[in-house]
Amino acid sequence: MGRILMKGNEAIAESAVRAGGLWYFGYPITPQSEIGEYLARRMPEVGGVFLQIESEVAVANVLYGAAGAGVRAWSSSSSPGISLMMEGVSYMAAAELPCVIVNIVRCGPGLGGILPSQGDYFQAVKGGGHGDYRCMVLAPSSVQEAVDLMPLAFDRADRYRNPVIILGDGMIGQMMEPVEFKEQVFPPLLPKDWATTGCKGRKPNVINSLYLDPREEEKLNFKLAAKYDEMKKKELKYEGYRTDRELDCLLVSYGTTARVCKTAIQRLEEEKIRAGLLRPITLFPFPEEKIYELAQQAKFVLSVEMSTGQMVDDVRLAVGRTKPVYFFGRAGGMVPSPEEVIEVVKKYVDGGGR
Amino acid sequence: MKVLFKRPESLSATPTHYCPGCTHGVVHRLIAEVIDELELRERTVGIAPVGCSVLAFNYFNFDFQQSAHGRAPAVATGIKRARPDLIVFAYQGDGDLASIGMSEIIHAANRGEKFTVVFINNAIYGMTGGQMAPTTMPGQVTTTTPMGRDVKDVGYPVRMCELIASLRTPAFVERVAVHNPKQVINARRALKQAFIHQRDNVCFTFVEFLSTCPTNWGFSPIQATKWLEENMLPYYPVKNFKIPENTGG
Repeated sequence: MGRILMKGNEAIAESAVRAGGLWYFGYPITPQSEIGEYLARRMPEVGGVFLQIESEVAVANVLYGAAGAGVRAWSSSSSPGISLMMEGVSYMAAAELPCVIVNIVRCGPGLGGILPSQGDYFQAVKGGGHGDYRCMVLAPSSVQEAVDLMPLAFDRADRYRNPVIILGDGMIGQMMEPVEFKEQVFPPLLPKDWATTGCKGRKPNVINSLYLDPREEEKLNFKLAAKYDEMKKKELKYEGYRTDRELDCLLVSYGTTARVCKTAIQRLEEEKIRAGLLRPITLFPFPEEKIYELAQQAKFVLSVEMSTGQMVDDVRLAVGRTKPVYFFGRAGGMVPSPEEVIEVVKKYVDGGGR
Repeated sequence: MKVLFKRPESLSATPTHYCPGCTHGVVHRLIAEVIDELELRERTVGIAPVGCSVLAFNYFNFDFQQSAHGRAPAVATGIKRARPDLIVFAYQGDGDLASIGMSEIIHAANRGEKFTVVFINNAIYGMTGGQMAPTTMPGQVTTTTPMGRDVKDVGYPVRMCELIASLRTPAFVERVAVHNPKQVINARRALKQAFIHQRDNVCFTFVEFLSTCPTNWGFSPIQATKWLEENMLPYYPVKNFKIPENTGG
């Protein structure tokens, strides 16, 4: 199959189907409703399940039940809906259940608006719900990359028995780009012998997150922490763009804004300003070592986001006091332009990285 | 030697933590007996709520999922839609089902999810220490209604069977009680019918059990039974509200 032109939301849905994500439960919300609409037509063709649920609160708990029964269950929503899912996500992280949740982020807080934003970074990478847990977070910057990351998300959810979040934004969901659905092969997974599938021929399985004995609960907390450490060792994904040289400026940016940064970097070349980009693809785990390493080649670091400054906290933790770290962001549904990024970079270059 | 009485295979040997006079134990046993009788144990998944029966997974001898507060019907929906061959039941108390989980129960019922809900109505929050539930009786004293439930302030108790039976989709809705042997026999019959309908893939099935909570009501078990008869039975009639169309029951 060659390349076809598809809207981001529909391409994400198709990629999930091809990855075996055949149990989809969701609730409509702009700007991602096309995912559910596409699957309402598509799932009957492939013997899958599409079910519209009464709320996102319920959706996350339906995922809990389906994932606990051993199937590849997933959902999608946008920011306000994702907030409602946080209860179930916390329970799934605690009960070690795999699921994939796509967040086509819109601007907030509150009802906000329906335009793109990266304001859900903290919620996605720091846990989001109550308790001590993390989700793996993957951030595509094109429709093709969103398509490529879906099978990986399902595989890693199963492999780590943990929720995986695809953190897109309204731009990724709504724009049309050429995509190709490539076959991806992963190492075999362990059988889901923990799932509640009926206890014939074995002892009963229990899916649970209640530990009244603090020693048991602490044991769970440290078990989860060890899992997240393993992700940090094995699952880092990032892209370096024009970083194989001494830099005036290292830009750190993900998703849609990373594309804006690439254009800015190309234009900065014309003015003899050497900028490079580190684009995290996994936001959790976060490529802190790589950012530190590249920061040493640069005079300063600039985090560019569609927020008032969220990922920049993690960039600062990575860089420490070794180099100045600056921030530039637009918010509220405003997307930064290459010209704005160029201007900010030049301001700091002229200031000698100060 | 002929065995006259034994523990159902569907019950585990773990002693329960329930208070003396509490009816959870009776209802657990009835569920286990019915599942054994219908030979469903090896393909049954139960869902434990948040509340006194949060540890139900310790007391049954088949697969279980523990759910977030009130979300058992959502969890059951996920299990049943993932594996329609499984027999699924949600076990929920009145705070869990009729307060925080009102949305989940109504919509699961209205979609006609093909699982069974066992609803324990004891007119009070048990595990958190005796606060008002949506099902608390008018005038009933609880820790959050120290002067008694004032219906002018917080409305009348919710009658869940009546509410669910008002929906077109659900197939089997019945209220039972377990405070005397006659009622237990009737309750067992209704429960068995609900599981038969689920087994036969008929529709959503709902059985409400009027239950006692001597600890939080502040009564002895015998006084509690009397209080249930005098106060709950007139307001919550024990009867069938709905049978599947074209099955005659």
